[in-house]
Amino acid sequence: MSVYFLCLVLFSIGLYCILRKRNLIKIIIGIMITEYAVNLFFILTGYRMHGRAPIHSEDQAILNMVDPLPQALVLTAIVIGLAVTALIAAIAIRVYEKYGTFDITKIKRLKG
Amino acid sequence: MLHNLLPLFVAVPLAAAFLNALIGKRIKGFPDWLSGIATFFLAGLSIYSVVLFKATGPIMYKVGGWMPPIGITMVMDGLALLMLVTVNIIAFLVSIYSIDYMERYTQKWNFYCLFLLMVAGMNGVIISGDMFNLYVFLEIAAISSYALVAFGTEHEELEASFKYAVMGTLASSFILLGIVFLYSITSTLNMADMSRELAGKSSSNIVLLISVLFLTGFGLKSALVPFHAWLPDAHPSAPAPISAMLSGVLIKSLGVYAIIRIFFSVLGSSPQVLSILMGIGTVSIVVGGCLALGQWDFKRLLAYSSISQIGYVVLGIGLGTPLGILGGVFHLLNHSAFKSLLFLNSGAVEYSTGTRDLKKMGGLKERMPVTANTSLVASMSISGIPPFNGFWSKLIIIVACIQAGHFMYAFWAVLASILTLAYFMKVQRYGFFGELKKGLAHVKEVPFFMKLSMTILAIICFLGGLLLIPGISGDLLGVARDAVLTGQDYAGIVFGAIK
Repeated sequence: MSVYFLCLVLFSIGLYCILRKRNLIKIIIGIMITEYAVNLFFILTGYRMHGRAPIHSEDQAILNMVDPLPQALVLTAIVIGLAVTALIAAIAIRVYEKYGTFDITKIKRLKG
Repeated sequence: MLHNLLPLFVAVPLAAAFLNALIGKRIKGFPDWLSGIATFFLAGLSIYSVVLFKATGPIMYKVGGWMPPIGITMVMDGLALLMLVTVNIIAFLVSIYSIDYMERYTQKWNFYCLFLLMVAGMNGVIISGDMFNLYVFLEIAAISSYALVAFGTEHEELEASFKYAVMGTLASSFILLGIVFLYSITSTLNMADMSRELAGKSSSNIVLLISVLFLTGFGLKSALVPFHAWLPDAHPSAPAPISAMLSGVLIKSLGVYAIIRIFFSVLGSSPQVLSILMGIGTVSIVVGGCLALGQWDFKRLLAYSSISQIGYVVLGIGLGTPLGILGGVFHLLNHSAFKSLLFLNSGAVEYSTGTRDLKKMGGLKERMPVTANTSLVASMSISGIPPFNGFWSKLIIIVACIQAGHFMYAFWAVLASILTLAYFMKVQRYGFFGELKKGLAHVKEVPFFMKLSMTILAIICFLGGLLLIPGISGDLLGVARDAVLTGQDYAGIVFGAIK
């Protein structure tokens, strides 16, 4: 149970980071923390303590297995997360070239 | 027959995007032709599927030959059919518009590559019958749209793109979290199988939590009012053809379509969710309309108006009655036609005059007759003036509100319709009518392909109302309405389509 709670704490840290931090890079780190918290939670839903891989073999009775599907899906989700992070980091660097700052309160040409 | 054509909706734009990235740089004019032919093929295929759908009914494709619920499926039911027709026709018209418009930018092949990836992502979201594949396609469309918003790489574009990317990624995290919970209680990823599992269980608190997570995630994607802050920055900053795609079809296929699919087909529509949808829809209608009224930037005004019009769609769907849903899906189709047209008009004005500020325009009707007349058609459609298509769908939604006994919602919908008329009169008055401003005497009409695309969209706006004629209405709108109304019987339809 405490594992799930820690997962929620991690998610909340990520959300806090996105909502409260002013530095673009810190916001990107917040996004990554949120994504990792979701991925971790996804793994946990399919995980059993002391479980084994669900590979069928002749002489073994299969009692306690780990669900492999979430792990395969999380692998995909991590790759997607990598693409998003790379793109946002690239945009943040271009923003820095144009505005000369990473402070989000000073980047405000768009309003209305 | 058709079930073998289904994967082409994703495969063709993906292959075209890949070819563009590979050899588009070397051969001049190749990206234009490739993208035009690919999207023309998709538009033709989507219209052909309307004909085939009439004969065969819902269609399912098993990816790799694996049987569902183990394997991945692609499903086309009535709602998906309507969305495919909408997305692919708009994509084709936007693609031919870009031939001339994108000459202002460098690296055209990159633009077409991202554009085709976005089309592939949207088509994938629509035909996917698998929850995780829906998420993956949604991310493909979203990531390419973040990059496209930043395509100009000026101050505003980059700022808007950063905001949009942060909000979009957060939305995706919420959606993934919803999928995790859904997987943990149903132990399957196939949407039809999920809906069968959930129908067997009594509703519990976890379904409520899942609903909240999906409503937040897809609400952010479709920019409904508490979640709308990124849209008025992101949509105007993109190049005009992309604004047309984002406002015209992206927020619908990633947002509204996914909301309908998940809340009606998978989770099953509960009265609480329906009333939340109606509430959010009405708030979006009014807030979007009021904010649009105060704008002087042409594209920003259109972006706020998108929030308002999406509100009508969600209100219609949220009513849950057959008439309300018919109005909702019809308004979705119409909005993609006239809002794309208006964004293309704003792009044409920017192309010729170099400004988006309504105060600096004036009297453009003399110099740019095609743009002015098509924008007049679009403005009248969106404000709900008969005989244009927007009138019929708004009328159906308002009548459905009254029929269901929701008089307050009907009142706000009528009021906001008048607001819409007011801000589009402002656009026409300041932009196209009146005296020609001094600096604008040299302005020329836009090139051929831009005119062609705007004219076709104006014809669609004009003739859109004909889709309601009995005999025709069943083929596209009727099947979409029935697909929404079937609710959790979606499972039976999908498994019944296994061949």
